[in-house]
Amino acid sequence: MAIYELNAPKKVPITQIGAIRWLRHNLFSSWINAALTILAIYMLYIVIPPLLDWMIISANFKFGTVDLFGYSIEFSEAMATNNDCGRSAACWPYIYEKIYMFTYGFYPREESWRPDAVFWLTLGAFIVIKLIKNYKHKNIVFLAITIMYPIVSFILISGGSFGLVHVETHQWGGLMLTLVIASVGILVSFPIGILLALGRQSNLKVINFLSTIFIEFIRAVPLITILFMASFVLPLFFTESMDFDKLLRALIGIALFQAAYFAEVVRGGLQAIPKGQYEAADAVGLNYVKKNVLIILPQALKISIPNLVGSSISLFKDTTLVLIIGLMDMLAMVNMTSNDPYWLGRETEGFVFVTMVMWVLLYSMSRYSRKLEYRFNTEHTN
Amino acid sequence: MKQSKSLLSLLSNNEVRGYVFQAVALCAIVFMAYVAIDNLFINIEARSIHTGFSFLKNRAGFDISEFLIDYTPEHSNLRVFYVGLLNTIVVAIVGIFFATIIGLLIGIARLSNNYLISKLAGGYIELFRNIPVLLQILFWYNISLIIFPHPRKSFEFFDAIFINKRGFYFPKPIAEDGFLWVVVALVVAIVSVIAMKRYFKKKHEKTGTYTSTFLYSALLVIGLPAFVYFIIGSPLHLDYPALKGFNFKGGMVFSPEFTALAFALSVYTATYIAEAIRSGIEAVDKGQKEAAAAIGLTPVQSLKLVVMPQALRVAIPPTINQYLNLTKNSSLATAIGYPELMSAFGGTVLNQVGQAVEILGMTMLVYLAISLTISLVLNIVNKKMSIKGR
Repeated sequence: MAIYELNAPKKVPITQIGAIRWLRHNLFSSWINAALTILAIYMLYIVIPPLLDWMIISANFKFGTVDLFGYSIEFSEAMATNNDCGRSAACWPYIYEKIYMFTYGFYPREESWRPDAVFWLTLGAFIVIKLIKNYKHKNIVFLAITIMYPIVSFILISGGSFGLVHVETHQWGGLMLTLVIASVGILVSFPIGILLALGRQSNLKVINFLSTIFIEFIRAVPLITILFMASFVLPLFFTESMDFDKLLRALIGIALFQAAYFAEVVRGGLQAIPKGQYEAADAVGLNYVKKNVLIILPQALKISIPNLVGSSISLFKDTTLVLIIGLMDMLAMVNMTSNDPYWLGRETEGFVFVTMVMWVLLYSMSRYSRKLEYRFNTEHTN
Repeated sequence: MKQSKSLLSLLSNNEVRGYVFQAVALCAIVFMAYVAIDNLFINIEARSIHTGFSFLKNRAGFDISEFLIDYTPEHSNLRVFYVGLLNTIVVAIVGIFFATIIGLLIGIARLSNNYLISKLAGGYIELFRNIPVLLQILFWYNISLIIFPHPRKSFEFFDAIFINKRGFYFPKPIAEDGFLWVVVALVVAIVSVIAMKRYFKKKHEKTGTYTSTFLYSALLVIGLPAFVYFIIGSPLHLDYPALKGFNFKGGMVFSPEFTALAFALSVYTATYIAEAIRSGIEAVDKGQKEAAAAIGLTPVQSLKLVVMPQALRVAIPPTINQYLNLTKNSSLATAIGYPELMSAFGGTVLNQVGQAVEILGMTMLVYLAISLTISLVLNIVNKKMSIKGR
């Protein structure tokens, strides 16, 4: 009987394994694809090297001696001046010197621990809320935090009581102001938004009409016109004795604006609730308030969470608009600081820095919102 | 006693309670509005601000750098309103045009098999949609002021296009006498293309033979006007920009403000349009493409007849919404001083006249009208696009 030996298996062709296979499949699968790849590489070549050169390679990092968490790191003997930097690359010492302005604006330096404290308080509140998930009285703790947090934060940042020096709102600025406006805007507009959404879903004609008009009007006009309205016209609606400061006016405008958007998001959630839920709530004899608070809203809000986060992100982007009505947010600080005669003409560095900070914040928020969307999406997709 | 009891029990009637509640709410709002408007008049009088719309007829007295209709400081405030409105419309149209093109390209690139292209498109979207649009406008505006040279050292292209700190200068086409005929030819060509398409579509439906009309259409639309143009003797000449003294004269100018605004708006809005297009294409079931291939459609036919109509149904409504957002965002020109409606009328005129209620009211009404128009278009499109049950 003849014995047949199996041929030793041929080696996989080198073009079909590893990096080469990947390249062939993903970048050079056809002539068009190859051309596109080369185009893409060329575009990257045009953009990336000059950018890296400007930002890092030729940039000036002579910060002098930096104090970082108790360690002093020596970057250079002395901090570079505006002239040392030259005009062909970034001058980061300018950012380093103005970082306080970008973060706190004109907030008194010796009081800057107060916004810091609010920041840590916020983190702490989030951690506590996460930790008490399974605690028996978690609702009470949660309620206490939601009520106490804004009060404590306001007392800390604004001062004027408990021996804290009063810091007027026109001294607030920088990233701190951006965060204050965004968080106050979201917290205040959320309940208004829910009420408006319920109003728009209501059978009561008058309520329905008023809510619809409000929502549609606000959504149809740009935020900047509402901010102008809030800063020029709103004070005229009140008697002389009521003196609004600029920040409060902007906050009222932003809260009303955001409420309309939240209302539409919540309405989307309300419409997704099956009719049977309403009928069941009616059948067990719950009144309107109980029906909504106990049955409808918990479900509707849960559905709308991803969109609520998305809408909040838009609001965060929109807070930059307050610079047009003269509030000193982070973006306004760019012009403020580059008007300093010592650092004249460093807007580009300022804009790049603010862009980077904003981008990191917004990108992480949008990642978070996408994670939520994924978590709440229980539909099967193909 | 009995009377009051029955009145109270009336309150537990749902319907009655509804009316009572609405009446109370309406009263509260009317009362608040009354107090607010009363205060408004008191305050306006106390600050001796004028009321009414007579300010519209007054001399504006300030210069506007860009205008489509004639404007001098001698013109009225109403003229400023029109100039601003036209500028808003111009920047919105230009922004929408470029945002759509960039968005289409990026959206399709996002779905490319090519790893690099798809990642680049993804990077573009993540980069530009997560930067506030106002920051982008200010950024490009400042960058353009820094990197572009003085007029005397402009970047030149073919002695016709000049780029400097003052703006982008292009040759301006100026129509002469016979140019109207070229336009007529173009209209005739377009009408006949539509007629031809209809004819061949009917033929296709009747007999099943498909005729590609692309070549003929292209020939007609390009050829006929070109033919007429040359027969009449090129009734169009270009007005070239030229350096006169310290600045350029003649030609078409796009100011740095306009360019930065249009650029930032289109780059920002394009990210949303790209996402809309991508989700539209992804929403088409894989089976649709397979079915199209199974009945023997070519890839181009499958894209044109099966995938695109379904993808567009998902993609167009959010895209139109983005057009509306772009138009609303054009009001951010206030920050860099491009004289559109909000900046010229809601900003400069407001500063001069001080009649905030009237001026802001007018501005808001215009945006309201634009929004309503766009949502009307959206509704029509939605109705047309909705799946027709048979």
